[in-house]
Amino acid sequence: MSMQIKPILAALRQHKAGTVLIALQIALTLAIVCNALFIIQQRLAHLSEPTGIDEANLLVIANQWAGHRSSQEVGAQIQADLAALRQLPSVRDASPSDGYPLSGGNWDNFVMRTPEQLKPTTDASVYMGDEHMLDTLGVKLIAGRNFNASEIMRMASRQVVIPPVVIVTKALADHLYPDGSALGKPIYSMSTTPSTIIGIVERLQRQNVSNWSKPYAYESLLWPIREDTDGLFYIVRSKPGQLADAMREVPKALYAQSRMRVFDPKIGGSFAQIRQRAYDSDRGIAILMGIISVVLLAITAAGIVGLTSFWVGQRRKQIGVRRALGATRSDILHYFLTENLLISVGGVLTGTVLAIGINLWMVTRFEMARLSMDYVGTGVILLLLLGQCAVLGPALRASHVSPVEATRSA
Amino acid sequence: MFAYYLELAIRSLRRSPGLTALMVLTIAFGVAASMTTYSVFRAVSGDPIPWKSAKLFVPQIDNWGPNGRGSDGEPPNAMDYNDAITLMRDHRAKLQSAMYQISPSIVPADASKHPINVSGHAVYSEFFPMLDVPFLYGSGWSADDDTQRAAVVVISSKLNQKLFGGSNSVGKTVNIEGKDYRVVGVLNDWNPQPRFFDVVNSGGFSTGVEDVFLPFQRAITVGIPNDGNTNCNAVPTESGFVGLQHSACVWIAYMAELDDTAAATAYKQYLDGYAHDLQQSGHFGWAPNNRLRDLPHWLDNQHVVPSDTKVSLLVALGLLLACLVNTAGLLLAKFLRRSSEIGVRRALGAPRLAIYAQFLTEASIIGLAGGVLGLMLTGVGVVSVGWVLPKDIAALARVDFSLLTLTLLVAVIATTLAGLYPTFRASRVQPAWQLKSN
Repeated sequence: MSMQIKPILAALRQHKAGTVLIALQIALTLAIVCNALFIIQQRLAHLSEPTGIDEANLLVIANQWAGHRSSQEVGAQIQADLAALRQLPSVRDASPSDGYPLSGGNWDNFVMRTPEQLKPTTDASVYMGDEHMLDTLGVKLIAGRNFNASEIMRMASRQVVIPPVVIVTKALADHLYPDGSALGKPIYSMSTTPSTIIGIVERLQRQNVSNWSKPYAYESLLWPIREDTDGLFYIVRSKPGQLADAMREVPKALYAQSRMRVFDPKIGGSFAQIRQRAYDSDRGIAILMGIISVVLLAITAAGIVGLTSFWVGQRRKQIGVRRALGATRSDILHYFLTENLLISVGGVLTGTVLAIGINLWMVTRFEMARLSMDYVGTGVILLLLLGQCAVLGPALRASHVSPVEATRSA
Repeated sequence: MFAYYLELAIRSLRRSPGLTALMVLTIAFGVAASMTTYSVFRAVSGDPIPWKSAKLFVPQIDNWGPNGRGSDGEPPNAMDYNDAITLMRDHRAKLQSAMYQISPSIVPADASKHPINVSGHAVYSEFFPMLDVPFLYGSGWSADDDTQRAAVVVISSKLNQKLFGGSNSVGKTVNIEGKDYRVVGVLNDWNPQPRFFDVVNSGGFSTGVEDVFLPFQRAITVGIPNDGNTNCNAVPTESGFVGLQHSACVWIAYMAELDDTAAATAYKQYLDGYAHDLQQSGHFGWAPNNRLRDLPHWLDNQHVVPSDTKVSLLVALGLLLACLVNTAGLLLAKFLRRSSEIGVRRALGAPRLAIYAQFLTEASIIGLAGGVLGLMLTGVGVVSVGWVLPKDIAALARVDFSLLTLTLLVAVIATTLAGLYPTFRASRVQPAWQLKSN
């Protein structure tokens, strides 16, 4: 093998342009495919983050009241609605809420450890619900206790209420009190009134999972508040496997309570639908990047086949001469495989620099993460293999050139 | 002469159908991917009101001070109630409107029907002439209606269809949140994308429709709350929608029409003077830090074009570039294979220019074929792009005459460029060498 490299380099010098074009194409392909694969991985990782709730049995109703009602009337109606929902045969539990994981909307509050702090410690997603909220969501309480019915406060539209007790996620507890002593400690949420942490849940994703909220991932708090307001969500947990029944029964039961309401069909629904909607664009971008990568790899492979076939055709006479002088078929095969490998190595070296450069530029321009070297490594191996596979066909044809060709004129 | 080159080109392309098909497919894929993503980019990055956007300005007032600013030192991107009302009262621009997003319910006269929820904005009367809002029937309300907090409403043609079967409903009443409003105008299909007058609350692009417009002060008086974003640097001290109005929370969008640079400069001075007065009186503990951007700069500043759209376009353009490099390599191989043919033509007296013409014709024919195939793929791409990009954005992508022309032009020009170097090499073929070796 090693003795072949010199003559190969000499031959490549004869068609510099073709060599440079193949290498350039490999470089571009590597740069684009690495970044595309990286984007795909980022999006897939993002959309498979768990919410921490019992997604398989949950549905959300986005309820808005029609016509004008007083806070008292709304409060009474919500109580009646919840009683009716909890009695349905297919329903395990139900809770009113201001939001749900992946809703896209977000109520978030700055949270501090002390009331004097100028700069907040963190930013938490705020969930409001009653004592049924934990069971309805199916989140796991890992320390402390749930709210009891007497702790549930009522809040009229845009009233400012700071409850004395709060349940937080483990992520929020650890951020506020890294030593693990959060239970029983106070937090201050844009107010000088403390809320005491009475319970810690294992995991509850934020309502909004877009880029800006990444530093506060999974930092949520639950307040024992029932909002008597113009719009609210009913979160309903069906008995295992009875979600379809619940989805039929719930709207009927609510309309039976009052017709003066509107369910927004574009939000809410089963949690599977909510998840689908929340990650629509991430899944889409992953598919798009996948399509572009496949097309690009196919075109590059086809290009290598095309150009190598041409070189084989052009060099039939030389190959014939080599064969006549004693070169074996496998020598000829190896010649073309090695030639491709040399060009590919040149291409992937340039491509690596290009891939990292493009990524660094996108990091500054589009809030993208740094490209992991694993992707560059995978891309390099992928392209070297692709090159070898693409060249195999033309190289085999070359190895079948008969020594007689040497005697024929081109 | 061109006919002759055309014939030569076609004959040459038919001689190696595999290679020709490969080049055409390569160009087609590259062009189609670029054009599909470009059609989406074009749809979202366009100027929503090109004849007037340079005259429309969005003022920002720094009412939170240094602690409320982002890392870029920008003031809040919306206004609190007090600032918005003061700016409206001072009325320093030619036309102006404060606005906030609402989502009231409409109770149909027919009691058997379910109430419907609509979305819209509470605005001032100057909103309609400032944004050249088109009317099907009637018009906007008057400045008097603003001050008298009149119960009037402008509705969309879609809502008019739903409530009044599409007839001229001016003068009829609509029950909004339990109160009767007189219809003064019906809009003629108006759905600007992005929702440039209130990008803070709409997020820019929206599949929703603006169904109702109510007088701002009327909506405030009857307590129709805001349905968009509310950002606070501190919890309001009073409760309810009234508490929000007394707080420093920002939730109101604002737009002003200023006809020339002098007017814009004067308005900026006015804003700074206003902030300066508040600093003097002790309300603001900081120097004025206001902004006044015209609409294109404002949309750019608010990142209305989603970065996914840009990234997709860039990756697709990268694919096109790789396709062109690929085509250049294949053309080089194809042209140099015909060195002997070139040698004969040169020996028989064809000048280099003729070789150029012949081979560039061949390249552009490949480009044209790739472009035509790419057009079809672009059509498929635009139709199915809603599958991969957010629907509210993908739905805006259109295939139109300019996109068709651009697709063909890009294909032909790009392929011809890719053919330049191979052609140059072909034209350098030494006739004597080729003739000798045969």
